[in-house]
Amino acid sequence: MRELPIAARLYIAAVIVLGALVIALGAAQMTRWSAVLALAALVVLGEGLSTLLARSVNRNEGVGISISMPVTIASVLLLGPVGAPLVTACMALAPIRTPWFKRAFNGAMGALSAYAAGWVYLAVGGELLLGGEVEFSLGHVLLPMIAAALVFEAVNGLLMVSVIALAEKVSPWRVWIGTMAESAVPLFIYSTFGLLLAVVWAQIGPLSALLVLAPLMVARWVFAQFAARQEAYEATIRSLIQAVETKDAYTRGHSVRVSRASVLIGRRSGLREDRVASLRYAGMLHDVGKLSVPTSVLQKSGRLTDDEYSAIQLHPLLGRDITKDLEFLGEAIEGIHYHHERIDGRGYPEGRKGSEIPEFARIIAVADAFDSMTTTRSYRGARSVADAIDELRRCKGSQFDPVMVEALVAALDTDGWDAADTFPTELPTPSVALPSLGSDDDDPTAADHLAQARDSDEVAEDELAELARVLAEPEAER
Amino acid sequence: MISSERELRAAGPLIVAAALAVVASVAITAQDGLPDPWVCLAFALFIGVGEILRITLPGGRESAPLASAGALAFALLPGFQGYDIHVTVALAVTVVTVGSVVGAFPRAFVGQGLHLDELARRVLTTMLAAAVLIPVLPLVYPDRTEVDWKLALAMTLAAVLAGVLDAVLAAAVRASQQRAPFRTAVVDESRALVGIASAIAATGVLIALAAPVMGYWALPVFAVPLLLTQFSFRRFATIEGTYQQTIRALSRITEVGGYTETGHARRVSRLAVMVGRELGVSERDLKELEYAANLHDIGQLSLAEPIPGGTTTILSPTDQRTIAELGANVIEQTGVLTKAAQIVRRQADPYRPAPGRVDPTLLLESRIIKVVNAYDDLVGASLESDRMLQAVERLELGIDREYDPQVVDTLARIVARQTEYAY
Repeated sequence: MRELPIAARLYIAAVIVLGALVIALGAAQMTRWSAVLALAALVVLGEGLSTLLARSVNRNEGVGISISMPVTIASVLLLGPVGAPLVTACMALAPIRTPWFKRAFNGAMGALSAYAAGWVYLAVGGELLLGGEVEFSLGHVLLPMIAAALVFEAVNGLLMVSVIALAEKVSPWRVWIGTMAESAVPLFIYSTFGLLLAVVWAQIGPLSALLVLAPLMVARWVFAQFAARQEAYEATIRSLIQAVETKDAYTRGHSVRVSRASVLIGRRSGLREDRVASLRYAGMLHDVGKLSVPTSVLQKSGRLTDDEYSAIQLHPLLGRDITKDLEFLGEAIEGIHYHHERIDGRGYPEGRKGSEIPEFARIIAVADAFDSMTTTRSYRGARSVADAIDELRRCKGSQFDPVMVEALVAALDTDGWDAADTFPTELPTPSVALPSLGSDDDDPTAADHLAQARDSDEVAEDELAELARVLAEPEAER
Repeated sequence: MISSERELRAAGPLIVAAALAVVASVAITAQDGLPDPWVCLAFALFIGVGEILRITLPGGRESAPLASAGALAFALLPGFQGYDIHVTVALAVTVVTVGSVVGAFPRAFVGQGLHLDELARRVLTTMLAAAVLIPVLPLVYPDRTEVDWKLALAMTLAAVLAGVLDAVLAAAVRASQQRAPFRTAVVDESRALVGIASAIAATGVLIALAAPVMGYWALPVFAVPLLLTQFSFRRFATIEGTYQQTIRALSRITEVGGYTETGHARRVSRLAVMVGRELGVSERDLKELEYAANLHDIGQLSLAEPIPGGTTTILSPTDQRTIAELGANVIEQTGVLTKAAQIVRRQADPYRPAPGRVDPTLLLESRIIKVVNAYDDLVGASLESDRMLQAVERLELGIDREYDPQVVDTLARIVARQTEYAY
């Protein structure tokens, strides 16, 4: 608590005092303690379970499925402004590891929100479902319940947003957008389960909790499993790809970085989110075909024979063969297949030109070249991001789609780039010679020389041209 | 879904029993007349819609949670707002059957088939639920006005019994369809169904409980939480399927590169799963076995040059083990396929490291992959019966040391069946 700004500390104290007041008021008037206790136990249990389940859940997955929200709304409908704060405040007792003042604040916040919701429920003509001989009509109970749920969310959100804004000294609006906005609607939907719970509770008591919350709990559990599975899934692809990347120590992490750069380009050029997701896999798997190329070829130093070079050139096709049955990849498969095509039609495997090349492939080509240039290779150090951008710009229109190049440049401007790794420090003990430039056809410098060599048959003295010549030979024979 | 003769035979007794129950029930209902047709129609419709909204659970099980919940609710219905309805066992079976069949039509029409075994299970569980609750209704719901916890408890118990019966019937069908031991099947079914079944039971009970007060409202209102659950399950099943697909695709890396023969990993995994199932490996472990089988050759990628023909069995035992070790290390890095890595690591180990001694730490799954891998190296994609039987004979020569006799026996049984069909 000490580290918080003074305004935040005062605010927290004020909320706690007010909450305590509402609780004391409720406790003084309460007559149905058994219902309060049963509902409170449910809140504690629900919160505890939620955190337990949430532990394995990816935090970006949104609010998941709330269990305490329906119970809170049910307590409003059953007990009104007197009892609901007592029930809701018990959130603070849930077995969660948080500092005492946070717990107290959460409890007080719940109590105040529940009090406001209960008061509104009665004010707009709602009838308490517990005890009274309620003439059951959904329209009569439903509208006040909706009002109560909205008020609960509003008060709760206001108290929460302002404490975060005060504590972190940011504008409340940004806090709301960042944390609450996307959870508002799902929370409202869960609050309608409170109605179900209240209706059944009025008839059969606590047993209703088991029945109403069971489907919710199951959904919550499956949801957690889903999220865990999704993480496992990505981890599997990533690490299988990475592990096998050790065939060539210099390309370690390459696939993951190409995937990241492709996503940057895709987002910047306004792809739909589901296509971006597909693009992420495409980037990850774009070189998967290389894994099928014999290690002896990938790691060969010096000249490659024609056969060896053809073997390497085959990798986009091999990649497509490996992934073609993965329905969910969709467009990504084309991206893998054509990522070595060039805008001017001098790429491989088919020599497609311009817009004949699928969008994903044009994106990956840029991302691939960018990462390859900014990484250390055996024959040269890593280039700076600025140098790499210059080189990409120089080759746009011939090798790359200018739109994608500019999209990457713009994205790098705003989002920045963890400049790729430095020289790989822990190389696997090289039983075979270290990989040489022989296998590197992602680097646009090399690739461009290659294309030039094809055109003019020039034989240059330096290493790159040597490579280009070697690479160009199979072309010449065709 | 019933697609082959064998599967039909497996579910046969179940379907016959259900059909008898349906015929008797319809006859009785026809004689007594349909009381309160509107209420019956509402439930039949609800079940029909639920039937259309069916989902695939993880593990490939089909389920129509909403339809099952509606069926259960009708079987347990103590009354209905504005009507004086008395549900009988015959009436429940009639309404549930009509609703299910009507709902199944659109699917059958687009060629997705009738789930006869599932329908039969629903008829029988409906019968059980109604038959358990109706006799005790006068005790727990005496004046037919006040719904209280005693009624709720009785209903819940009836729903749980129905759920247990459903799992046992499903296990019986599955065990016989897939030649798995019944006990393993019961454990698998319970594990797979406990989540969705408890949501179904709770929803069925709630609708039945709320109907006397809320009338028609009870049906849509209490369907919402179940729909949410259903949605979660569908998403989960989708990603589960995607995962399986991806592992299969990654298994082709070695094939495409010429390290292994085309289709080797796929065939080994299919056969390994069949062997594992007959040996009573649980569904959860079967999945790991499948992953391990798919990835069992991934260690070969670390070789500089492919082995001619990709057959690991011609390598020296040390080399085989090195490849297994390398592959296991790769798989281990995923952080999630731990068991699969364990299986792959020891896939080349002999069953008896020394004469007369068995290594107790060697997993059954590793022993299965060893045998099946060797078998596939000998047979390949060939479908010639002679070649298949000769391969088995050769493996049988190795049971003193290399291969687990039990696994070889099971493989021999499967191969014998396959060659029988071939004639």
